[in-house]
Amino acid sequence: MKKVFGRPESLTDVPFTYCPGCHHGTAHRLVAEVLDEFGIREKTIGICPVGCSVFAYLFFNCDVICAAHGRAPAIATGIKRSKPDSIVFTYQGDGDLASIGTAEIVHAANRGENITVIFINNAIYGMTGGQMAPTTLVGQVTQTSPYGRDPKTMGYPIKMSEMLSTIKGATYISRVALTKPAYIVKAKKAIKKAFQVQLDGKGFSMVEILSTCPTNWGLSPVEASKWLEENMIPYYPLGEFRTPEEVA
Amino acid sequence: MGEKILMKGNEAIGEAAIRAGCRFYFGYPITPQSEITAYMAKRLLKMKDAAFVQAESEIAAINMVYGAIATGVRAMTSSSGPGISLKQEGISYIACSELPCVIVNIQRGGPGLGSIQPAQGDYFQATKGGGHGDYHLIVFAPSSVQELVDLTMDAFDLADKYRNPAMILGDGLLGQMMEAVEFKERPKVNLPDKSGWTLTGCKGRKHRYIVPFDLDPRVLEKLNKVLDEKYKRIKEKEVRYEAVNIENADLVIVAYGTVARIVKTVINNAKKEGINIGLIRPITLFPFPEKIIAETASKINKFLVVEMSLGQMIEDVKLAVSGKAEVNFYGRTGGVIPSPVEILEEVKKYL
Repeated sequence: MKKVFGRPESLTDVPFTYCPGCHHGTAHRLVAEVLDEFGIREKTIGICPVGCSVFAYLFFNCDVICAAHGRAPAIATGIKRSKPDSIVFTYQGDGDLASIGTAEIVHAANRGENITVIFINNAIYGMTGGQMAPTTLVGQVTQTSPYGRDPKTMGYPIKMSEMLSTIKGATYISRVALTKPAYIVKAKKAIKKAFQVQLDGKGFSMVEILSTCPTNWGLSPVEASKWLEENMIPYYPLGEFRTPEEVA
Repeated sequence: MGEKILMKGNEAIGEAAIRAGCRFYFGYPITPQSEITAYMAKRLLKMKDAAFVQAESEIAAINMVYGAIATGVRAMTSSSGPGISLKQEGISYIACSELPCVIVNIQRGGPGLGSIQPAQGDYFQATKGGGHGDYHLIVFAPSSVQELVDLTMDAFDLADKYRNPAMILGDGLLGQMMEAVEFKERPKVNLPDKSGWTLTGCKGRKHRYIVPFDLDPRVLEKLNKVLDEKYKRIKEKEVRYEAVNIENADLVIVAYGTVARIVKTVINNAKKEGINIGLIRPITLFPFPEKIIAETASKINKFLVVEMSLGQMIEDVKLAVSGKAEVNFYGRTGGVIPSPVEILEEVKKYL
């Protein structure tokens, strides 16, 4: 009998520890499927961040190193430069990539580091219990924006894909969502394209994945998906911001 | 080999690192160490299987080192006080992950932005960990350009031997001065095989990870104890010092690096005046040569610690002396280098 569905080899047998309705699980799986399909699991080195996905090392069945908060692109640089035949990806949240690690991500992109970045944007700090992220929407209530994010004193939510796509060294930048099957199919295509860019030695690639955080948003999984579609997608439009064709 | 060449301290460090097999350097410009960064750029950018990256920050530089050494290569970063402060986060992670690398600190006056003149105010930072958590670096204190070369090479070996970051704690004077150096033929040392822990892709083996945390306090305590056992072994086996004229000295000076050079002049000048000064010069600051200081304290009752700080190493000297002798202090700081004349005047106060 032909096997049509199974657990990707690039995931371990360890069950995910993420909250119900959180998109980390789907995002992990898509990355793992892509590693499987390219047959690159055994030469891949992942860098997990500080945040909920600090435990990604337990789930990805490839070599993994855990970075200090925000520093994953610098570590990825050190790995890729010292082992250019490896496939290197970072997996970072919005606090990690868009706040404490802005210098690292901007300059890894600017140097055109031949790495792939998976950026999970759920508009909140998950692991520390729901504080404001740089990507938190205007008016969104969090532990540290208890009266809603006020752009007068807290700034506007930062659009990392748009910002990084102005950088010449960035080869592929795309934003995707995971709230419905059609989005998931597109998300996987984007992740595949990002790794293809790296396999071709074409430079920096990033896929921003809009994700839910039902626990810290205070919503049910279904409500969270709806909230993401109604509030995040209008502000963070999906699509490709920079593609290899454009660069070439 | 065997030929003496004239080299600037900072460049000699770079050349020594390359000869020690370091092919990966990540750094950021800062005075008075920028020549190391420039030298590594000049050399490594022309080499195969090598990389030089001018990082966006000191924080990024140490994390690039973290990534590179995780794959098993020899890598280095260098800076001066303010930049070394920025690297502390990464150094703590590297120490926790038990990875080997070399960090060079060409000290300048502090605190804050301080000055760009030589100082020794980073002793506490270098020897007591520096970043968060319980850990230590192996710290070397060279006193000449030749020692910058020899100790940089040794630092790579010891870092590999103990899977621990090692630091060269120099200062602006050593980094900027030129001296004749020899790149000696070095005996081959047997170093542990790295293949059991490096991240190289999991072909033919289980996937592996380097994770500098554990949320279970008992497991983390165990890791801390493993580190502590390692530091005990280092303290037992790797202490280095130079003792000059300590038998029957009227007073023994304890000084390291640049200050120890000056003290050697003081010893000669004092002899002419019939004063017998000894010197204990720690070459490793961690592990600290406490045994020789303790032994000397049972024979000589007067010590003077001289530092280019307002008194940091003196705390370790006092611990070693343990009340058995008088320990005095003389220090200049902020980038001021003490002169032989003023040190001798200070010595005379205690005789």
